[in-house]
Amino acid sequence: MKSTLNHGPARDDREPSPIEQEMLRQLRERLEHEAGAAELIDVAFRTVDSPVGRLLVATTERGLVRVAFESEGHDAVLDVLSARISPRILRSGGSSHGSAPGTLRRRLDETARELDAYFAGRLQAFDVPLDFSLSSGFRQAVQRELTGIGYGRTMTYREMAELVGNPKAVRAVGTACATNPLPVVVPCHRVLRTDGSLGGYLGGFAAKAALLDLERGAAPLPVPGSRGDG
Amino acid sequence: MSQVKHSAAKPPFESIVERHGVTVLRVCRAALGPHDADDAWSETFLSALRAYPDLPADANVEAWLVRIAHRKAIDLYRAAGRRALPAGNGADLDDVRSGQSAGSRDGTAPGPFDAQGDLWQAIVALPERQRLAVAYHHLAGLPYAEVAAEIGGTPEAVRRAAADGMKKLRKVML
Repeated sequence: MKSTLNHGPARDDREPSPIEQEMLRQLRERLEHEAGAAELIDVAFRTVDSPVGRLLVATTERGLVRVAFESEGHDAVLDVLSARISPRILRSGGSSHGSAPGTLRRRLDETARELDAYFAGRLQAFDVPLDFSLSSGFRQAVQRELTGIGYGRTMTYREMAELVGNPKAVRAVGTACATNPLPVVVPCHRVLRTDGSLGGYLGGFAAKAALLDLERGAAPLPVPGSRGDG
Repeated sequence: MSQVKHSAAKPPFESIVERHGVTVLRVCRAALGPHDADDAWSETFLSALRAYPDLPADANVEAWLVRIAHRKAIDLYRAAGRRALPAGNGADLDDVRSGQSAGSRDGTAPGPFDAQGDLWQAIVALPERQRLAVAYHHLAGLPYAEVAAEIGGTPEAVRRAAADGMKKLRKVML
């Protein structure tokens, strides 16, 4: 169907050349800046390397709206953000040169800094504003309550149900934890089964165990691979 | 794309930039020459981002972007006080050859463009209708009928202009 203008070595005609890649990198940087200044970005995101795998962090004007483990499928998570919040979603660069960073980028910078400090054992309470607009009703009430469980403390699903004034809603509390849009930052990992076993976790059993170990004062978790995605 | 519960859902705009950014860049470079290609690209995606929530979910995104890029190219040319998109005259070609590209202005990229610089020079040197027909049909993949709707004339005339343009490019490139 499509003819290519290339008479040189065979190459996918959609594949950018190295020079085009560099031009596109600069143009995307400029687009993020101009779109931010025009308030056209509803959700900005980037990925952050962590000891529990690469995390997707997404923010709105109101606050951090989503933290997602790699196992959730970052593309699928972005599709849901597009459908539930707005399709005006742009990746935000990890470093700012020259122009002053916009609100969303600053918020992602701050989130990345706090996550790094948390995994290094240097930070016990997250300070970034949160946007709970992906959840509602009872689930959101439970998720907001989760932020009150202090670093290194744990609670059972039953105790949480009592805390939100619905002692019979143990299963619903479990669902609220399992659908927490802001894992790690909103510490659903601090809620355990009544028998003391860990219970399920979005990021997998190993991630939940790792976070609890970290908070018990074990050594800071090592970050596999290189830092950030630039 | 992965399955989402919401069937009318549109992909995040980021994936639109990722998927079509290079095509729009090539269209802008071919339509405008190197001077204003970066401005045209930026204005195209800014304007697309603004309109994106209202775009029907089943729209042909690439054709939509090329239409926006074409209008931005015309605007930029008018703003520069020129009557039409750059025709293949000597002045434009000299500018390209002297490396006055967007990239080289801020010293971040070698000019004029890259290993395919000759090809871009040859495209910019084509007469306007041939250049646009080549850009929108061969670079952006728009059918002749859609190119005709954008630049005027019949689909058959666009097909001939594209074929004539390609013939000249082959002569230059071989």
